[in-house]
Amino acid sequence: MPSVKIKKHAPDNDMTPFVDVAFLILSFFMLATKFKPEEPIEVTTPNSVSSAVLPEKDAFMVSIDKGGRVFVSVDNPQFRQVLIDNLNKTRNLGLTPAEMKNFINAPSVGVPFSQLKSLLSLDPELETTKNVVKQQPGIPCADSTGGELYFWVRDALVAYSGRKLNLLIKSDNDTKYPVFKNVLNAFKKNDQNKFLLVTSPEDAPPGTSLYETREKQINKK
Amino acid sequence: MSSIEGGGDDGGHKKGPGVKKAKKMSTRVDMTPMVDLGFLLITFFIFTTTMAQPTAMNLFMPKDVDKPEDQNKVKESGAFTILLGKQDIVYFYEGLDPATEGNFRTATFKTIRDEIIRKKQSTKVDDLVIIIKPSEDATYKNTVDILDEMTISEIKRYAMVDISPVEYQLVKITEGAAGIK
Repeated sequence: MPSVKIKKHAPDNDMTPFVDVAFLILSFFMLATKFKPEEPIEVTTPNSVSSAVLPEKDAFMVSIDKGGRVFVSVDNPQFRQVLIDNLNKTRNLGLTPAEMKNFINAPSVGVPFSQLKSLLSLDPELETTKNVVKQQPGIPCADSTGGELYFWVRDALVAYSGRKLNLLIKSDNDTKYPVFKNVLNAFKKNDQNKFLLVTSPEDAPPGTSLYETREKQINKK
Repeated sequence: MSSIEGGGDDGGHKKGPGVKKAKKMSTRVDMTPMVDLGFLLITFFIFTTTMAQPTAMNLFMPKDVDKPEDQNKVKESGAFTILLGKQDIVYFYEGLDPATEGNFRTATFKTIRDEIIRKKQSTKVDDLVIIIKPSEDATYKNTVDILDEMTISEIKRYAMVDISPVEYQLVKITEGAAGIK
């Protein structure tokens, strides 16, 4: 009997290219991802045309949220240690070494000095602590001398003495101007007049002189 | 499912008689769980990734001076003051006196750029100074936006200073007349 072979088609189609692409995308995202530490406040920064890259090292960041609460963070743990040591001495906070260690691991801090000890004495692993951290009242800075933020800035400058400290201000779109002014004031009282405002990138609008300058620069290259 | 190896039953070599065929194991591996996991990870990384790196905007503030004679004087012809009010509305005037008839005008962030460009073209480069005065009702976004306009129009000299009571009063009156709360 002549056997006519009918080629059997597999009911399932070949997934290999599909999987290849999927894993390519996966590896791309894995490499491109940078994990952000969890911040106690949410800040949506405004857009700007400036193209300067945000410095990541030696940064002293003041964040202001929608409601005008002011938070402070320092990136380098080594300097955090010096900073909290200084503050402990100059402001008589009476912190224990364990509490200072909590500060070093904390993302950003936004409490008056009077509450700093009680905030840092909490166990950072507990769920209740996370709520407390989210509800920090912010560092007071509402008077003409810059309030308590003045001391934070001063001691941060002492801790970074001899090195360039990048002063970053990260503020929310809806923050009212007076709060921002108070923060600037606290820096100015420390003779700091150069700041970096954290913004999201945006293209220069076409037809403007900045746009033309940038076009020329690109063409030169 | 993907086939890793075709495994030909029409392969080249012929088995002799009596040679037992080795039992063929399926070379196909079920990839479904792996793909599932792969896509799960993709979704995870897509959500956690921050694509746009934040940029930094330079801001230089003038040092506070106590003595009025240390302050820089601005030429009447080159001064252009921008006041930031409520609800993303800006006010501006040329020269030093906001109270002159018709001098104090209202603009939005869209129209202020044309005004800046007009002033820039009609004034000598060395004379032009833009003074930015955010009022208490302005938001941080307004402040950054107006500083951005300076960069966009390539204004070399500008300063951010506090609003004076007279100017704030004018802003209030104009806002009241326009019914802005």
